[in-house]
Amino acid sequence: MNFLDQIWLIPLFPLFGAVVMLLFGSKLDPQPASDVAVAPGVELTHDGHEAAHHHHGHTHEHAHEHVTGHDHHGGGLKTVVSLLCPGMVLLSLIWSAGAVLQLANVPERSHEVIQFTWLAGLPFHMAGGRLATFSADWGFLLDPLSSVMILVVTGIGFLIHVYSTGYMAHDNGYYRFFGYLNLFVFFMLMLVLANNYALMFVGWEGVGLCSYLLIGFYFHKKSAGDAGKKAFVVNRVGDAGFILGMLLMFSVLGTVKFVDVRQILGSGNFRAETAGFGVLSTMALLLFIGATGKSAQIPLYVWLPDAMEGPTPVSALIHAATMVTAGVYMVARSAALYQLTPHTSTIVASVGAFTAILAATIALVQNDIKRVLAYSTVSQLGYMFLALGVGAYWVAIFHLFTHAFFKALLFLGSGSVIHAVSGEQDMRRMGGLKDKIPITHWTMFVAALAIAGIPGFAGFFSKDEILWQAYSSQQGSNALYVVGLLTAGLTAFYMWRLMHMTFYGRSRVAPEIEAHIHESPASMTVPLTLLAIGSVLAGWIGTPRLWGMSGWFRGFEQWLEPSFASAAVEAVKEGAHDASTEGILMGVSIALALIGIGIARYCYHIRPEIPGAIEARCGPIHRTLSNKWYVDEIYDFLFVNGFAKGGGTLLGAFDRNVIDGGVNGAGWFTRFSSSFSIWWDTWIVDGTVRLTSLLVKVSSYPVRIVQTGRVQAYALFVVVGALAFFGYYLAR
Amino acid sequence: MSQYYSTNEAFALTPALTLALFGCWILVFDFLFANSKQKRYFALVVVAGLIFAGVGLYRQQAFLATSGDSSIIAFSGALTIDRFALYFNWVFELATLIVALVSYNYLEIEGEHHGEYYALLLFAQCGMFFLAAGTDLVTLFIGLELMALCFYVMVGFLRGDKRSNEAAIKYLLLGAFSSGFLVYGFSIMYGLAGSTRLTDVAAAIAARPAWDPLVFLAMTTTAVGLLFKISAAPFHMWAPDAYEGAPTTITAYLSVASKAASFAFLLRIFLGPLAPARDAWEPLLAAVAILTMTIGNLAAISQTNIKRLLAYSSISHAGYMLLGLIAGNDTGIQGIAVYVMVYAFMNLGAFLVVIALRRKNIIGDDVDDMAGLMYRSPGYAVLMLIFLLSLAGIPPTAGFLGKYYIFLSLIETHHYLLAVIATLYVAVAIYYYFRIVKTMFVGELTEKAPLATSFGLRVALGITGVLTLAVGVYPEPVLRLAQNSFLR
Repeated sequence: MNFLDQIWLIPLFPLFGAVVMLLFGSKLDPQPASDVAVAPGVELTHDGHEAAHHHHGHTHEHAHEHVTGHDHHGGGLKTVVSLLCPGMVLLSLIWSAGAVLQLANVPERSHEVIQFTWLAGLPFHMAGGRLATFSADWGFLLDPLSSVMILVVTGIGFLIHVYSTGYMAHDNGYYRFFGYLNLFVFFMLMLVLANNYALMFVGWEGVGLCSYLLIGFYFHKKSAGDAGKKAFVVNRVGDAGFILGMLLMFSVLGTVKFVDVRQILGSGNFRAETAGFGVLSTMALLLFIGATGKSAQIPLYVWLPDAMEGPTPVSALIHAATMVTAGVYMVARSAALYQLTPHTSTIVASVGAFTAILAATIALVQNDIKRVLAYSTVSQLGYMFLALGVGAYWVAIFHLFTHAFFKALLFLGSGSVIHAVSGEQDMRRMGGLKDKIPITHWTMFVAALAIAGIPGFAGFFSKDEILWQAYSSQQGSNALYVVGLLTAGLTAFYMWRLMHMTFYGRSRVAPEIEAHIHESPASMTVPLTLLAIGSVLAGWIGTPRLWGMSGWFRGFEQWLEPSFASAAVEAVKEGAHDASTEGILMGVSIALALIGIGIARYCYHIRPEIPGAIEARCGPIHRTLSNKWYVDEIYDFLFVNGFAKGGGTLLGAFDRNVIDGGVNGAGWFTRFSSSFSIWWDTWIVDGTVRLTSLLVKVSSYPVRIVQTGRVQAYALFVVVGALAFFGYYLAR
Repeated sequence: MSQYYSTNEAFALTPALTLALFGCWILVFDFLFANSKQKRYFALVVVAGLIFAGVGLYRQQAFLATSGDSSIIAFSGALTIDRFALYFNWVFELATLIVALVSYNYLEIEGEHHGEYYALLLFAQCGMFFLAAGTDLVTLFIGLELMALCFYVMVGFLRGDKRSNEAAIKYLLLGAFSSGFLVYGFSIMYGLAGSTRLTDVAAAIAARPAWDPLVFLAMTTTAVGLLFKISAAPFHMWAPDAYEGAPTTITAYLSVASKAASFAFLLRIFLGPLAPARDAWEPLLAAVAILTMTIGNLAAISQTNIKRLLAYSSISHAGYMLLGLIAGNDTGIQGIAVYVMVYAFMNLGAFLVVIALRRKNIIGDDVDDMAGLMYRSPGYAVLMLIFLLSLAGIPPTAGFLGKYYIFLSLIETHHYLLAVIATLYVAVAIYYYFRIVKTMFVGELTEKAPLATSFGLRVALGITGVLTLAVGVYPEPVLRLAQNSFLR
């Protein structure tokens, strides 16, 4: 079978699953939808996961009494859902694997399938005088880069689908969950298989939408709804950058097709913008802004930790393994552009490094197990951007690849832990779970070693390569290397803090929950085991050059070579390569990882009173960290209250919201600043409050005139508008 | 001028005459269907009228295609049937069809089911025909007033409802006021050219020096009248009140058909007689567009009434469309054409869901009335989601296309600042559209009464929903239509 020409089918399988689920799914759901929102006594959030489990039999019988017959085949059809949705992803996986195997035999390692013209344009004179016609196809491109991505998406995606059949078994809206999840896989595959930026944008927005729907899946939790909206709004800010970058690319290059863009940029007509910040640098920066939104980098990372309100498999699939790496993929896809823009690349590397260390410091003090992992994801994504920024594109994708295994495993493992302790997410109420849930423990143990960077495990190979490139490549610097190295140490510490608080030491689990602790079903432990195997093996296809291996052990770089090959990359690769330095640096990072693990063990296992003492001694620092550097508060004050609410009401009907918004904003501001000093409070904050309310009052006067409902006022504004027009003539 | 009723003239007028005839038929035979239940057959009469008018439009289109002429000129140039006019008329047909389909059930619920409503729909579309096809100041003005008068009555159609009455009076007073500006501008144009034909006026204005005060005066006063009609700031104030008070079906019709017709009118004037004065109006319109997007998007954030929210959203869309005119190249004008079409069905679709929420004793026009819609009527919720995504400009829905071409034209013509502002406002817009989505998908289900659905409503929702998705994924036909239709 010729899989290569059928790559357009790969996204369609999950789309089919999604359409079936969302259109006919409500007929498969054992409980009528309207009962979901009002069913008393059944707390169906993941917090109350276990509670739901125990109440479930009870409620189930009730359902039997009320909806006779309906529920009978409900159970059977649930099996249909469990088979259909993961099955569709499995089909995609088979097609992907087939296509990738056949791609290996294609000499140029690139295959395009074009369905039809999607966006057609008019002939247009470009800046250079050349006549161009803008068009974008509904077309798909399979090359080494996209092949890695589709294998990650379908492979990890399939395992997470299987896991979900166990994890979500007791939740209502089972069909809805799988419908959204399949829809997500569809859009994600569109994103990575598209052959141009415009079609990629379809997937880009689509995964955002699915992420929104899945974060807000527990619809009766207000925080879940807010988190979903926050994710979407923050992402739209990034998307504005993407759109502008794409349009600018068209007007400069005349195309947005990946192959053509790369060819035009490599043709020699464009020189690297080493001197100043030119049009290519602007283009690259705009695209990078898009990437910061999707991949949760500074300044747009704030949505990702809140996104943990969604079900845990969602966090694993969307917010760790696939969607959040879309930004990394996009920048890597634009490698030809970033090679010509050293200034923007420096920005990319710096933002990545800074994000990595900032998120790692926040992760040090979080007590919610999923939040630690969320900040860890932000931090690891920062690593990937660091690699992209120093021109080591294949390394970024390598880290993306290994990270997908161990981070998905960590999330799914944490889901299994949460499942075991009846929905508790606070690590202060865990501990000593090692022997009670052994499979979960041992698989997470592997993942924690992998992320900490212990040799032999997947994370070591990719992380070490990033550090080496940050040090040695032309774009790299000692500062970037040191930040990366420190982050590696912090990572080892917070990850083993998590392990110790969860699995080792004395149990702090509430007694009534303790009785119920049990290992998860096979549908959950089997994916965990497979991911654990992946977390060990995935790294071995990219062993350090220093180790002198060849063939499969260096296969990853060789496989990706055609996607990034160009003169600029050669230059970077042949940069100073000093075996002894590489050996020393490797030793340093291994040592630091071990030290991190050691300190974590000392503080949280051997002498557990230490963290409390440190917390008491360094109150302000600890508070600042556990409040996540107050970034949310600052953003709330600046944008949500100051801009949206204030500005909106200023121009709309005048209502109480204005004052509330102002006072809220001032409230946030107060909280933010009180941690610094009281002086600040009395003088600046009070002043600000007064100033804010004064401003609101003053600005409300024009508002009252504007939309009071009085016709005279409206007519007056027509006249004012006309007079302004005349005024323009006089003032011109 | 000797042969007033030549076949050519009659041929050009067929669609308008058909619409007017069917409207008169309804007025005369109103007594046939005495009770409120029977009045629903008038909706069928409207559909029949639209089909016959559509046949007329189709024959004109076929004539242009086979003869190779670019237009049919009738009444010595007062009326020009070109592809531009035909394109907009198809939009009007679609809008009237959808509105007629959903009106009968809605009017019964409101308890104001009268034959005149349907007649007014047809007369209004007749006025729109002249707005799109008129190439003479007088023809255009009569078309505008014919359309506007119908709307004044329809906005106030709920006689027992204070909000509806208030809206109608406000709209009438302000509409008349702005028409005064428009006619003042027209009179100066006539004074300059000695003729009311747009081509003559264009020649006269082109002969004047740049920044001629008379031309500027004519341009600004005309612009005030036109911008009022498309509800651009600061002439938009009537829109939120009129949209909120009017019967929801008419709000939908007003926001789509009236806006499309006014844009046709605006393009005729600005790309016709005022084209030579481009230097003078381009910065003015740019300022108006920015102000419109600002007010529309920011004011929408704090609205709790969904009709008012969509009113501000509709104001902001007018701002985006204006940007295409400012860019002024082929892509921009084509972008406006695409935008108008796409906006028609996505906005109608959103209003259809709001109409379905209006049930006996439930007004249903508050954002909170949408709460938990996903769990009561998932079909409606998913459709509303698609319409809102489209309004927000997210691919692969149709709304993305319109914005895409507009922004592309701005970049092509180096209006970078405008492009940045516009894309940022698109990001702001997601905030209020997703407030509705959040309410639907995450809100607690409070109201359990079933939605007011009817056969016509389901058909209309089907049409708009399928179009919103299909055009987004496979836009080729619409793009080709739009490409052929723009004014050169």
